[in-house]
Amino acid sequence: MLESHKKLERNSIWLLIFTVVAVSIGGLVEIVPLFRMETTIEPVKGVRPLTPLELAGQDIYIREGCNTCHSQQIRPLRDEIQRYGHYSLAAESMYDHPFVWGSERTGPDLARVGGKYSNMWHLEHLKNPRSVVPESIMPNYSLLATRPVRTWDIADKMKALAAVGVPYTKAHIANAAIDMQIQTLPDEDPTGLQERYGPKVVPQDYGSGDLGSPTEADALIAYLQQLGTQVDFTTYDPDYELKKAPAK
Amino acid sequence: MTEHHEEVDDATGTKTTGHEWDGLKELDTPAPRWWLIVWMVTIVFAIGYWVVYPAWPTISGHTGGLFGWTQYEKLKVDQAQIATRQGEYRRKFHASSFEQVAGDPQLFEFARAGGSVVFKENCAACHGAGGEGRKGYPNLNDDDWLFGGDIHQIYHTIEVGSRSTHADTHMAMMPAFGAILKRQEIDDLATYVGSMNATQPPSVAWVNGQVLFQANCVSCHGATGEGNRELGAPRLNDAIWLYGGDHETLVETITRARAGVMPTWQHRLAPDDQRMVAVYVHSLGGGE
Repeated sequence: MLESHKKLERNSIWLLIFTVVAVSIGGLVEIVPLFRMETTIEPVKGVRPLTPLELAGQDIYIREGCNTCHSQQIRPLRDEIQRYGHYSLAAESMYDHPFVWGSERTGPDLARVGGKYSNMWHLEHLKNPRSVVPESIMPNYSLLATRPVRTWDIADKMKALAAVGVPYTKAHIANAAIDMQIQTLPDEDPTGLQERYGPKVVPQDYGSGDLGSPTEADALIAYLQQLGTQVDFTTYDPDYELKKAPAK
Repeated sequence: MTEHHEEVDDATGTKTTGHEWDGLKELDTPAPRWWLIVWMVTIVFAIGYWVVYPAWPTISGHTGGLFGWTQYEKLKVDQAQIATRQGEYRRKFHASSFEQVAGDPQLFEFARAGGSVVFKENCAACHGAGGEGRKGYPNLNDDDWLFGGDIHQIYHTIEVGSRSTHADTHMAMMPAFGAILKRQEIDDLATYVGSMNATQPPSVAWVNGQVLFQANCVSCHGATGEGNRELGAPRLNDAIWLYGGDHETLVETITRARAGVMPTWQHRLAPDDQRMVAVYVHSLGGGE
């Protein structure tokens, strides 16, 4: 056994081949079940791809490194559910590329922050967190409220996401820039936007900048305000629990 | 690397690895026996763990373990546990009206304590840890209420929010008078609103403002600025201001109007949790 292993170690081609084989086994064992487990592949009603404005907001979320201090995963533990709401489902981040679950909670978890505060609160909080939460140690992000959000590459970004499986259609991509604008115009007809992204997307004043020309803060707030709101948990029925429940 | 042969180091009496580098040799000291035993025990433990708990990935999921333990079952057990512990009070609270809660000191304390926990997590970010409020977010300790300080009204406000996404939300909308009145008129109006209770007209601006107030504001804020809770129009003839009572702030408020938003809590909090918060807020000092 050791003698034949010696041969393997002294021949670079064999070493390479067997290294690849060994690593592949590890990879397959870890990855294949994820594609088949009920909890990770369960389709959940209501989950939709982000609107262009929210998508731009997610980019800012990632750029500013929000995920280094804020997690986006509520674990199935009693105290977390007590505080944050229903535990996160895999399906809720199925369209995130990359996902921003985070692993540290210097600040609170944000998986269900959507709808918890008003847009105005978010804006004040981004500009100066201590103006609304005196004990906060979050840095100021007042710069975001002064910078217009980048619109020229949002359609391309959606095209790229469509290539990796996010269900953006041609209509989504063609209307990206206009949808982005409409979402910040409360008095415009939102029919097109809502046809593409669902009736829960309501155009509104996100607080900073002029209506129709959103700032980075607006985009980020739009992103935050939809977090955890897509699945209706009053009707959600976790079918894996029924299938997997052990017969006692 | 030299040929492997057994060799014992003279000074320590320990075997060497048989390797030699420029005259240096490496001792092959065995791991302490206790350490080895602990290590082996952990291996045996791991095997037991694999059998008892979910462990190995399989093609369609993972091995389930002897007792079918899952995180979700554990959660159910944990939640059932707390439900049993609070059960008696929870059931009683659920079945009691606000009036009955107020009449039962023990139940009231339970509701107040529960409400204060929910308040700190969900409401304090805007209304302050003690409900003291701040600019744009009402103080909940005083007796100025936009939509009513009766406990049923407080509960209703928690449920539907203000200018929220709820279908029945409070929908007070003051027009922005910047597009309706002239600058000078707004200035006069602000002068009047800032000191409505003056017994002697202090200035011409004040008198002009009073006329403008009667023409534009009384339908919502009332003839003497007493406010209207049906409409969510704040009382103006007291010293409590949501955005500020100084002249500059008043000019801004009249010019651009204000429309603070409170989210609906109907689907975010359990109904009894909302009722507990109502009990807590009502007990803060301003409850009617």
